[in-house]
Amino acid sequence: MGKRTIIPFGPQHPVLPEPIHLDLVLEDETVVEAIPSIGYIHRGLEKLCEIKDFNQMVYVIERICGICSFGHGWGAVASMEGAMGVQAPERAEYLRTILHELGRVHSHLLWLGLLADGFGFESLFNHCWRIRETVLDLFEKNTGGRVIFSICKVGGMRKDISNENLKEMKEVLEGLKAEIKEITDVFINDASVQNRMVGVGVLTKEEAEELCAVGPVARASGVPQDIRMTDNHGVYGKLGFEPVLEEAGDCMARTVVRIREVFQSIDLISAAIDQIPDGPVDMKVPNKIEGEYITRMEQPRGEAFYYAKGAGTKFLKRMRVRTPTNMNIPAMVKTLAGADLADVPMLVLTIDPCISCTER
Amino acid sequence: MSAYVTKSPWVVHYDGSSCNGCDIEVLACLTPMYDVERFGIINCGNPKHADVFLVTGSVNEQNKGIVKQIYEQMPEPKVVVAVGICACSGGIFKDCYNVLGGVDQVIPVDAYVPGCAARPEAIIDAVVKGLGVLQAKRDAMLEQKPAEEAPAEEAVEETAEAVEEVKEEGGEE
Ligand code: SF4
Repeated sequence: MGKRTIIPFGPQHPVLPEPIHLDLVLEDETVVEAIPSIGYIHRGLEKLCEIKDFNQMVYVIERICGICSFGHGWGAVASMEGAMGVQAPERAEYLRTILHELGRVHSHLLWLGLLADGFGFESLFNHCWRIRETVLDLFEKNTGGRVIFSICKVGGMRKDISNENLKEMKEVLEGLKAEIKEITDVFINDASVQNRMVGVGVLTKEEAEELCAVGPVARASGVPQDIRMTDNHGVYGKLGFEPVLEEAGDCMARTVVRIREVFQSIDLISAAIDQIPDGPVDMKVPNKIEGEYITRMEQPRGEAFYYAKGAGTKFLKRMRVRTPTNMNIPAMVKTLAGADLADVPMLVLTIDPCISCTER
Repeated sequence: MSAYVTKSPWVVHYDGSSCNGCDIEVLACLTPMYDVERFGIINCGNPKHADVFLVTGSVNEQNKGIVKQIYEQMPEPKVVVAVGICACSGGIFKDCYNVLGGVDQVIPVDAYVPGCAARPEAIIDAVVKGLGVLQAKRDAMLEQKPAEEAPAEEAVEETAEAVEEVKEEGGEE
């Protein structure tokens, strides 16, 4: 048995855009244990519900995370609409679904880039981000923002997206498919990428279930867990949604799940644009919020949970969010034990950690 | 030296308690759409190599020590750019119990970028502004220097003389 060394990893580390700290206990080159410590980014925004009314709260919740900002805004709105007992118009639900899936395309492309950067494939990183800019342009054109949109509100959408713009969005995305395929084929077929990822950090189906992994991490281990199947938000039921599954449970499988989801999201957007009905996108809602409601959303990183409880005024008594990375950290710690030190960045990255979600 | 540093500064980025929105915009500046790397502006992970410190997000009890530490590790002259309204003042999270406020609560800030999220154009603009500050700081440092530098020059001359002497001695032997 070698001597034990502790290597600190983070909070400021080149592969991490966000601060998390891990104490890696090493025996020679092998990680025996990883001890995460968090709290660098905690803001305590749930408590803001006491001083910001429910309309303002949507913008606060949206800023939990700049990557899945639309999804968070929608989650908050859905829980508040549930508590009020109102249902947004159908066109608004379609628009939300479209923007949410567009957010997933942007999030997964961003993550693929970071992963490539993590294993030192600079040009691949830049290509992923180049393609992602096209998606951001679509966002900017239709909502006005690149990463924070503030377009979702209780009762519907702040503004409509015209049918011409939607048609154009569909064309752009369909055209983007070929470009994305060119890049993602490198991830799947390149020998150097395979060496870094195949068979690394295997999480079996049983482990994934036991550790309550969510999202692409669970699906890469063959657990069919996707909130979009349950049809409790958006119009996924009408779009014929099927979750993407992989069996291997290693870093490669987690990557492939996300790659396939990019294409799936584009298909979902196209299908939604084909079906979208005309009509209003906004409705009047009561000026006070009562009752409580729980809703779940499938964010790009997995299942998120939103709970809103009204105070009978325009303020909320409690807003609670539980985000996907929170649930995936046990799985990450599990795969880290016994890994090579050189694989640590890969293992941390493949759960797609979003620390600002986790700590809020 | 100044010609290289003011045209191609290296930046180090730290995420205080931001929502990621500004972080991904900082990264977007470096990637093909805006591509500041073509000017030699590189995002390096090591504070000891960096000239410009980009901070996103506000400071809190847990991370203020780290922000300070990174700042102290950077060599002089250095410039701090606060990216996004969070880093400027706390922004939307100003009233949160765990937010102390803008980055200027712990370290001096030279340029502020407004916006939530800050747009890449604005970030690039602020870095360019920061370069002016960097140059001014360097000039100020050089002005202060002569008094301190004089002994250094003497020392160099002395060493040179000593070397000559040793050589001569060597020659004699
Ligand atoms: S300024 Fe806005 S986008 Fe930037 S970190 Fe703060 S909340 Fe996020």
